[in-house]
Amino acid sequence: MATQATAFRTCPVTGFRVHLPAQKLVIVNAVAGVLALTVGGILALLIGLTRWQAVHLLPADLYYRFVSMHGMTMLVFWMVFFEVAGLYFGSTVVLNARLVKPAIGWLAFVLMAVGAVLADVVMLVDKDSAIMFTAYVPMQASPLFYLGVILFAVGALVAVGLFFVTIVAAKVEGRHRGSLPLVTYGLVTAAIIAVFTLLGGAMAFIPTFLWSIGLMAQLDPETYRNLFWAFGHPAQQVNLAAMVAVWYTLATLTTGAKPLNEKLSRFAFLLYILFINLGSVHHLLVDPGLSSPMRIFNTSYAMYLAVVASMVHAFSIPSAVEVAQRAKGYKGLFGWLIHAPWKEPGFAALAVSMVMFGFIGGVTGVLQGMMQLNMLAHNTLMIPGHFHATVVAGTTVAFMGLSYYLVPLMTQKKLVGMAWARWQPYIYGFGLLLLISGMWLSGRMGVPRRSWDVFNFGGAPTFGTDAFNAASGTLALLGIGAIIAVIGGGIFVVIMVSTLLFGKKQQG
Amino acid sequence: MSLAPPQRVWWKPLGRTERLWVTLAVLWAVVLFLMMLVWGAVGKQDTPVETYRTTTQQFTAVTDEFVKNYQVGTDKGVPVVAPPPGGDAYLRASRWAWYPVLELKKGQTYRIHLSSTDIQHGFSLPQEVFSLNYQVLPGYIYVVTLTPPEAGEFPVVCNEYCGIASEKVGHHSMVGKIVVKE
Repeated sequence: MATQATAFRTCPVTGFRVHLPAQKLVIVNAVAGVLALTVGGILALLIGLTRWQAVHLLPADLYYRFVSMHGMTMLVFWMVFFEVAGLYFGSTVVLNARLVKPAIGWLAFVLMAVGAVLADVVMLVDKDSAIMFTAYVPMQASPLFYLGVILFAVGALVAVGLFFVTIVAAKVEGRHRGSLPLVTYGLVTAAIIAVFTLLGGAMAFIPTFLWSIGLMAQLDPETYRNLFWAFGHPAQQVNLAAMVAVWYTLATLTTGAKPLNEKLSRFAFLLYILFINLGSVHHLLVDPGLSSPMRIFNTSYAMYLAVVASMVHAFSIPSAVEVAQRAKGYKGLFGWLIHAPWKEPGFAALAVSMVMFGFIGGVTGVLQGMMQLNMLAHNTLMIPGHFHATVVAGTTVAFMGLSYYLVPLMTQKKLVGMAWARWQPYIYGFGLLLLISGMWLSGRMGVPRRSWDVFNFGGAPTFGTDAFNAASGTLALLGIGAIIAVIGGGIFVVIMVSTLLFGKKQQG
Repeated sequence: MSLAPPQRVWWKPLGRTERLWVTLAVLWAVVLFLMMLVWGAVGKQDTPVETYRTTTQQFTAVTDEFVKNYQVGTDKGVPVVAPPPGGDAYLRASRWAWYPVLELKKGQTYRIHLSSTDIQHGFSLPQEVFSLNYQVLPGYIYVVTLTPPEAGEFPVVCNEYCGIASEKVGHHSMVGKIVVKE
């Protein structure tokens, strides 16, 4: 026990006891996440400037490679690396506990890093392996691509396992007593969803890998779609649960807010676990082979119950902030809101994330996930319009907000560029608002997603059409939004890297 | 503090506003759920669910037969086929073309059989506002029952990424055509 006691330091600002081996793993996973975000962001700019048809920057070949890489790098690598950092943080620092086996954490990290690099490099160098994030069978990539994804998923599963064991150990060793704090509870939710997400991923990608090396015969495309979306959408629900946990964290850190009703908030997290997996069937709404009752049950019943959970958080968090603000003496109908800490980057991120996730991401999700409307939206730019509002304007903004506190706490360095950090969530959010509007409005005119040229169709199509020419304005909006958003994202990356490299050492 | 363990007893009844909010949210979810059934029963815009298993060889043969029986011309080397009004039409997706060109009559109802002979494609029929979109898979036939309300030429665009051969030929050049005559 003597060696363990020295493995802790106490943070003078927050009073948290920080387990040093856990701290290293939090930093290394967060850095890997920010690296993935940087790569994905550069690709985002190039893709955005290609979809802006007046600019049409990239050649077709590079465009499709970069879209494939961008999807995988952002949706999986950036999110999961950062979430693993969050899991280690929530199970050790928040509970004043130790990370049980740091070596396992390093093993998970190596697996994830090797998998991520492998998958991205294969998509970059091999045109035929750039088959998009969805990798729909029977399009076939190099076996190395599937191997990369599998390695990453196995690594993530190991990390999630370590998280669970660490929480149990914290209880058993008496380092933590009573119920889990709400934030850790939210992270447990995310981790449980991650387990069945990754199992879905294994069921989709392991047969595909075996098929790519010739050990399995033809795969059924609809079965693959079904299994893939048992991974593809629940993975976003991991992001959702983690994001909501971060929302509660940011509300507490920036205003001192206290959950209004622990019972209600926890019940809402439980709803995510129970229903969101079934709701993922909305990806298959215009697929051949599924019956109407199956589609209606899964997307309406199951999805709406998960939406009720989000409605609960949408009420609880702002109310908790209101109560905390009123306790400080801010009166009047909106006095508490006007005097909220808008210049605190964490609060700015919380506000941007909640408003854009809820009003744009949530609303478009419920609409487009409905059977009749899905027929109008499927595979058009309305779809990326929706999920850039959820995973980028929602989750990514929330994660950025948390980083402004997590990184100084973990690295014991003062944040560099606080003045920039205050503005960053607003700049990023504004860019995203333009980007998302451009995507959604273009998609409303039928413009397909993942298409290199919707005006000239490569220059020599058998049959062309001018059906999409009316979208030139909204596609320009998409491109301009992408530029501004990437500037906003770039500011975040520069702040993080500068803090790591040049931040002033703080006590601790 | 959401970062601290809650007080020992946190299983408390909801406050008045919380109860109201949750009730409204649940009621709204129930309304949305019931509306799905209502749209299905009285709406005329439901997603089609008539689907069949097939094989790529079988579907290729059926389409070829269809073209042989009802071809009325060619357009840029692609057969133009006019199925009997009220009858079945076949549209085959393969890298990187829709085959054949369909010639339909305004106001007549057709059953359009969609399938692919290689990989996944996306059937997209852009309208002035919104578009109609269906997933097209090899081994499955998706039957879309359709009554064209107006005459004109309508493009069919592929909106599921299906690879490229070159800058000029590939996913983005996969555009087909449906002609609707008075």
